[in-house]
Amino acid sequence: MFVPRDKTEVGLSQLAANSRTRAGVILGAIAILFSILFGASPAMAQAHLAASTGFSIGGVISNDGNPVAGVVLSTTLDGKEYKATTDASGQWLINVPKATVYKVTLDVKTLPKGVTLREGTSATKEVDLTTSNDAGLLFPLGANTHTEQSFSDQFLVHLVAGLNLGLVLALAAIGISLIFGTTGLSNFAHGDMVSFGALFAWLFSVALGWPLIVAAIVSIALTALAGWLQDAIIWKPLRKKRVGINQMMIVSIGFSIVFRYLLLIFFDGDTKSFAATGQDFTFGPVIISSTSATSMILCAVALAGVALFLTKTRIGKATRAVSDNPSLAASTGIDVERIIRIVWVFAAALTGLAGILYGLQFQANWLTGFDILLLLFASVTLGGLGTALGAAVGALIIGLVVDLSSLVLPTDMNYASALVVLILVLLIRPQGVLGKKQRIG
Amino acid sequence: MDWNSIFGLSAGELIGASTAAYVLCALGLSMHFGYTGLLNFGQAAFAAIGGYGFSIAHLTLGLSLFPSVGFGLLCSAIFAVLLGIPTLRLRADYLAIVTIAAAQVFKFTVATSGLSWLTGGADGLAGFTDEFYALNPIPDGDINLGVVSLTNRQVWVALVGWVLVALAATLIFFLLRSPWGRVLKGIREDEDAVRALGKNVFSFKMQALVLGGLMASLGGMIFVITSSTIQPATWGTNFTFMIWTVLLLGGAATILGPIVGGMIFFVLLMFTQNLLAGLVEIGWLPFLTISQVGQIRFIFIGLALMLLVIFRPQGIFGNKKETFFNV
Repeated sequence: MFVPRDKTEVGLSQLAANSRTRAGVILGAIAILFSILFGASPAMAQAHLAASTGFSIGGVISNDGNPVAGVVLSTTLDGKEYKATTDASGQWLINVPKATVYKVTLDVKTLPKGVTLREGTSATKEVDLTTSNDAGLLFPLGANTHTEQSFSDQFLVHLVAGLNLGLVLALAAIGISLIFGTTGLSNFAHGDMVSFGALFAWLFSVALGWPLIVAAIVSIALTALAGWLQDAIIWKPLRKKRVGINQMMIVSIGFSIVFRYLLLIFFDGDTKSFAATGQDFTFGPVIISSTSATSMILCAVALAGVALFLTKTRIGKATRAVSDNPSLAASTGIDVERIIRIVWVFAAALTGLAGILYGLQFQANWLTGFDILLLLFASVTLGGLGTALGAAVGALIIGLVVDLSSLVLPTDMNYASALVVLILVLLIRPQGVLGKKQRIG
Repeated sequence: MDWNSIFGLSAGELIGASTAAYVLCALGLSMHFGYTGLLNFGQAAFAAIGGYGFSIAHLTLGLSLFPSVGFGLLCSAIFAVLLGIPTLRLRADYLAIVTIAAAQVFKFTVATSGLSWLTGGADGLAGFTDEFYALNPIPDGDINLGVVSLTNRQVWVALVGWVLVALAATLIFFLLRSPWGRVLKGIREDEDAVRALGKNVFSFKMQALVLGGLMASLGGMIFVITSSTIQPATWGTNFTFMIWTVLLLGGAATILGPIVGGMIFFVLLMFTQNLLAGLVEIGWLPFLTISQVGQIRFIFIGLALMLLVIFRPQGIFGNKKETFFNV
C-alpha cells in the first residue's frame, strides 16, 4: 500500500512532540507533588521545633472517654529514671535526652480503683525514638465491667468490625490484584499508597482545616497521580526493557523503602488521628460510629462500581482481556499500555480511598500501609492471584479472620493469625478460593 | 567535622561483628536465591530463630554455650522444613509472599505478651553472652587498629563471626563444585529438565533451604551476641531487605559477592550517615535534622536496591549469565 512519505514524517514528528509533552506533563506533575510536599509539610515545622526541645514521649490516658489524672509513667536510660504524671486532662509527657529505643512503664498501682489496663495491653511498652523526635504511646484502659459481654455478643461485635476492616482492605487489595493481573507485578510499594492517601487526607483535613470531603477528594486525586507517576517513571520503562517480574518485584521493594522513608521525613513518625464526627449507631450489642457506617457503605458502593466497571464497560472488559492474555489482547487491537496506565491510576485511586477510610477509623502513620501490606497480599493470594473479585472475597475473609481471631487469641496476634490462614490455604488450595487451577505455575 | 571519627567508625564496620552477621545471612541467602533460585524473603526469620533458639536454650533450658548453639541450629532446621513443605512447590512469587508472611508470623509470635515468660515479649531477652565472653582468649584492654580502637570483647565476637563466614564460604565453595551443587544450579536454570533427569527437585530445594537457613541462624546468633540483647523489633522486613541489598550488591551467585558486598554496604552506610550528620552539625544542610539523617540512609538503601536490580542484577562480581530472576 502506498503511504505518502511526508505523512509518515508528520506522524513521526507528532509522535515526538507527543512524547515531549508527555515528559513535560510528568515533570509538571512531579513539581506539583513536591511543591505540596515541601510547601505545606507540617513535619518540617514540627521537626525544627523538636530539634530545639530534644526528644519526648507522650500520650493521653483516659478511661471510657474520661481523662485519668495522677497516673505515673516512667522510663530509664543509662540507669537514670525519667518520670511523668498525667495531669487533669490525662496528658503526660516525658522528656528524654537522646534518640534510642525506650521502654515506658505505666505504674499500674497509680491507676484509680476498679480501672485496669485493657486486656492484652502490656504495662510496659517500647517506643522507638531513633526515627523521630517525639512519639506517642497509648495505654488503653478498660473498666473491669467491660469484659462481661456474652460470647455471642462479642462475636457479633467482632463480626461487624471484621467486615468493616475487610471492606477497606478489599479496596486496596483490588488495586494490587488489578496491577498484578495486567502487568504481573507483585507491587510491594502498594501499601505505602495506603499511607500516602491517609496522611495527605490528614494533612488537608486536620492540619490545614479543609472540609473532609474536599480533603478526601484531593487526596484521592493525589494518590491517583502518584500511581500514574510510578507507572510512567518506573514500571513502563522497565516493561519496555523486558525486565523479569521477580526483578520488578525486588525493584518495588526498593521503591517501597524509598517511598516509606520519604513519608516519614515529610510527615514525621507520630500517629495522626482524625477528629471523630457524628454520633454512634447502636444495634443490640454492636455500636457503629457514623464514620465506620459511612466507610462500610462507601466501600460497598465502590466495590459494586468496580464490579460493574470490569464487567460492563469497554475499558473494564479490555482490562480483563489484558489480565487474561496480554499478547492476545494486543492482537485484537487493545492498546495494552493504555489499559495498564488506566489500571494504575484507577488502582491507586481505590487504594487512596482505602487509606483515607482506614486512617479515619484506625488512625494512620508512615508505617500503616506497610503494616497491612501483607494482609493485602494475603487477600489477593487467598482469592486467587489476578482475579479482582477474588481479591475482594479474600479481603473480607482476612478482615474477618483478623477481628474474629481476637476472640480466642491475644489481640497482638491477630495479624499473625491472618497470615497463618494464608499459609494454610496455600497448602490446601494453592490457586486460592476463586482462582482457576491454570493460573498457578 | 571530625573526619577521624567518621573514617574510624566506617573502617570499624569493615571488620565489625555485625557486618559478619549480615554476611552470614547473605551467604545463606546466596544458597537459597543465588544457586537454587528460591526467592526467600523470610531470611530475617531464620536469623531470629537462631538468635532466639540460642538465647532461650541458654536462659530457659539452662544449656551451656555449645549445646545452645546446637539447639538454635536445630530450631532453624525444623523451621526450614516446616516452611519448605507447603512453599517449595509454589511458584517463585508465591514463595516470596509466603516466606515474608512466615517471617512476620514468627516476629508477631515472639513479641506476643502471652509468650513473654519464654521470649521476653516485646522487651526481648538479655544476659546470655557471659559464657561466650568467658571463652575470650584475648587479654583485657582495648586493641588499637590505627583509625579504630576496639575492646577485647568486640574483637573476640568479630573474630568468631568472620571465622564462621570463612567456614561457610569454604563450605559453599566445595559444595557448589560437587555433583550436589550442580543439581542445585540445574534447578535454578531449568527445574523441569532436572526433574526429567530423575532428580527429586523438592528434596534438593529443601536441603538448600535448610543449609542456607542454618548459615543465617549462625549470623543471627553473632548478631544477638554483639548487641547482647534480642528483641522482636530487630527482625522485621527491613532486616531481610538489607540482606538482599548486600547479596545483590556483591553478586548473588558468587562466593565473594556476599562478603565484599556486605563490607562495602556497611562501610558506605556508616560513612554517609556520619558524613551527613557532620554536615548537619556544621549547618551545611539546614533542611535536615540529625534524626532525619538516619532516615535518609534508608532512602539510600532503597535506591541502591532499585538501581542494582535494574542496571546490574548480577552485582559487582557476578556473571550476567548467572542471574536468573525468573525461575
